[in-house]
Amino acid sequence: MNIKSIAGLLVVSTLVLGGVLYYSKDPAIVGSDESVQSYVLSNGMKILVVENHRAPVIVSQVWYKVGASYEHDGITGVSHVLEHMMFKGTDKHPSGEFSEIIAANGGEENAFTGQDYTAYFQKIANDRLELCLEMEADRMRNLTLEEKEFLKEIEVVKEERRLRTDDKPSALTYERFNAVAYTNSPYRRPIIGWMEDLDTLTIEDARQWYKTWYAPNNATLVVAGDVQAEEVFRLAKQYFGQLPASVIPQLKTRHEAKQYGTQRLTVSVPAKIPYLIMGYKAPVLKRTDRDNPFKASDDEWEMYALEVLAGVLDGGNSARLSNNLVRGQQIANSAGASYGMTARHETLFVLSAVPSDGVAIEVLEFALREEVNMIKTQLPDDKELDRVKAQVVAAQVYQQDSTFYQAMEIGMLDTIGLPWQIKDEYVEKILAVTAEQIQQVAIKYLIDERLTVAVLDPLPIENSVSKKSSSASVGVSTGASTGASTGASTGDSRGH
Amino acid sequence: MVINKIIKLIGSIALLNFSVAVYATPQIQTWQTDNGAKVFFVPAQEIPMLDVRIVFDAGGARDDGLSGLAVLTNGLLSEGAAGKTAQQIAEDFESVGAQIEYDALRDMAVVGVRTLTESRYMTSAIESLAQVLTQPDFPVDAYQRELKRMKLSVKARQQSPAALAGEAFNKAIYGDHPYASPTSGTKQSLENMSLDAVRAFYKKYYVANNATIAIVGNVERKQAEEIAKALVTALPSGEKALPLPEVKQLTEAKTITIDFPSSQTHIFVGQPGTKRGDEDYYSLYVANHPFGGSGFTSRLVDVIREERGLAYSVYSYFSPLRELGPFAMGMQTKTEQTQQALTLLKEELLKYVEHGPEKEELAASLSNITGSFPLNIDSNGKLLEYIAMIGFYDLPIDHLDHFIENVRAVDVDKINDALKRRLHPDKMVTVVVGKQG
Repeated sequence: MNIKSIAGLLVVSTLVLGGVLYYSKDPAIVGSDESVQSYVLSNGMKILVVENHRAPVIVSQVWYKVGASYEHDGITGVSHVLEHMMFKGTDKHPSGEFSEIIAANGGEENAFTGQDYTAYFQKIANDRLELCLEMEADRMRNLTLEEKEFLKEIEVVKEERRLRTDDKPSALTYERFNAVAYTNSPYRRPIIGWMEDLDTLTIEDARQWYKTWYAPNNATLVVAGDVQAEEVFRLAKQYFGQLPASVIPQLKTRHEAKQYGTQRLTVSVPAKIPYLIMGYKAPVLKRTDRDNPFKASDDEWEMYALEVLAGVLDGGNSARLSNNLVRGQQIANSAGASYGMTARHETLFVLSAVPSDGVAIEVLEFALREEVNMIKTQLPDDKELDRVKAQVVAAQVYQQDSTFYQAMEIGMLDTIGLPWQIKDEYVEKILAVTAEQIQQVAIKYLIDERLTVAVLDPLPIENSVSKKSSSASVGVSTGASTGASTGASTGDSRGH
Repeated sequence: MVINKIIKLIGSIALLNFSVAVYATPQIQTWQTDNGAKVFFVPAQEIPMLDVRIVFDAGGARDDGLSGLAVLTNGLLSEGAAGKTAQQIAEDFESVGAQIEYDALRDMAVVGVRTLTESRYMTSAIESLAQVLTQPDFPVDAYQRELKRMKLSVKARQQSPAALAGEAFNKAIYGDHPYASPTSGTKQSLENMSLDAVRAFYKKYYVANNATIAIVGNVERKQAEEIAKALVTALPSGEKALPLPEVKQLTEAKTITIDFPSSQTHIFVGQPGTKRGDEDYYSLYVANHPFGGSGFTSRLVDVIREERGLAYSVYSYFSPLRELGPFAMGMQTKTEQTQQALTLLKEELLKYVEHGPEKEELAASLSNITGSFPLNIDSNGKLLEYIAMIGFYDLPIDHLDHFIENVRAVDVDKINDALKRRLHPDKMVTVVVGKQG
């Protein structure tokens, strides 16, 4: 099936690099030079370049430090709606023209919104970078934001919400799980926004959001591929250099309120398959020393240990959840663990599973808790750890096959406030994790006082099997082609 | 509208021909193993990694009435082989950082691996893959477990309006052709499944004469030859799968509605479309691009999404297969807008089949397709995909070299001729899944 996600949305934003999707230190293991070169324009905009000369193409991404976690109740989804509106034109390039020019030049383009970022990208032949930068600079400051366009686009976004969340029982469950797991963290709100908020969102909200956050000193340009860094810096200066900086609001530091005991919720919607999500509040990488952003906190090893722990549980088909629950006891149809240590705020270490047919959800929950207990009481063996680590080491090599990923990795780190250089320490720090450390973080974080359990409890799907069939013309109203409207019935609903 | 704006872009379009012309397509090396498997190889030295994919003509099209058989057989290969359990097999791959891939699609059954090329890792990964491929044990407990999981996936499809719509669409456009039934099986077919059927399927189709091997990565030709040999030497030569039956054209329009409690209605409209190696392939591929194949710049997105906000996703595609794959238009819209959206969709189709693309639309599409060609082959993963496809469908070995000129040779007349001969709006299937008024 063709999947066309226009103006896409990264719903799993905080988990992008989590779980088994380890990200890479990408040292020049082989010939190609992939070190990052950086430059800051006088207006505060940051430029990062990864040279990679394998193919004559580039990826250009503009990252903004704004996303769903910057929003407040009542305007949820505004970051994502604005992302859609960014394709609706400026005085210089009216609605749709950005896309047409990129397409006519053989490029692909899109955008995505996460909890902590909004980003716009093009993939294109390496001699077309200037085109991208000219238009990105233009829409950074000169977006038209017409109400007429907004009124149509908000309907598109609502359709997107229906498609991705409302009509997908497991996605809906995940959304409500987040809303309960976090008490006051902004991560409790869905990236796409509550439908009730989309209903009342106005063009003024989008304008305000644009005015507040879209400025060169709140953005990072990342270019990866077959380019010379000096040339990128020159073009960036030419197009973004004259844009005025803004005063960007400093958001207050947020801390998730203490949780008292396990939280539970049930989502009952028409569905066929139950689904279980268990999430434990877990810390993320932080940089607290303002004078030295490279200085790691003393407890940094915990986050790396949590990543390896996720690998022990779900790092491949040989990991514990597959081995014990899917194959061994056969109580799960599928089971997974995920954790991502790169996010602005405290996050969740998540276990999720679909029970085998006929297995009660309580049995599944008990089995997942047993897996957690096992980590707490018995040290994982060396072979298990070695397997997890081997996969991390290999993944850093495989990731060099994707220029897009290379750009995405540093763009995301920079945008959430971590030095992109930490990607170069990743493998080393993962390799340093010990079995004892894994046990320690399990004992510290995978506890009932940090746990939220969500259950999808299917309601019957009424009427879903009453199929009707009839012959009809495809030419509904043009009359240009009349079909077999009088043809014989192929179904059984015409009676008489 | 799209058209008047595109005229302004012609300046930048003209630039394109130059940059595309200087881009060299990769040279594909090809040979046959002693027992008959075709091998396609592209060396890629930049990264110390290797991708290998073996493709058999053993997809769902070969289910022979037992829908789900190809998927089940393919999935069971790594669930026990050469006396090793599923756990041991998984450990063998993962302890060297190798990633096994397996899948059964409509035409193809795929088994492959991505591995580091450092020899102690690569040797182990290739050996494990060879075992999975040539010595599967099909243990009875694994069979029962995987069958159960497939039954659950049938159930899962019943909670997805998109899956229900897709299934009904295939059934309606393909009738009694093997492409009609879901590759992952139906409740009934899975009830009728047997381990004997799985073993027989493997024995018949997982043979060298029915295999295509694609290799991309940091190895020399000689190594690639050894790898291909190591993978399939233990397979019998066997027989190439027989040709599939031809897909019959639809004879009348048909509408299928399925009542489902979703907030959106999922819509498909279409018919059997085109096949690999089809004489109209390029004309139809290019024709579809400005209509519903180019995302933001397509007519369908313009009319349905940009002008009216009726859908997030609306598209059309030709999905070429060994025999005629589907032509489909698809979208989802909230229940109340179903009729409006469906009417627009069909109007656009009628208009397009009648009049074809505007000259400027076609120019922009040609420019996009040819200009974006380097993006299609800019990674080992994408190259592997291409050469496996070229090998499997017996396309000319210089398919990639001539892709751009074949696309450029398409003009408005060819498109109009192909559209009129190949698309029949008065005989299409319409599937509507959602709340019925």
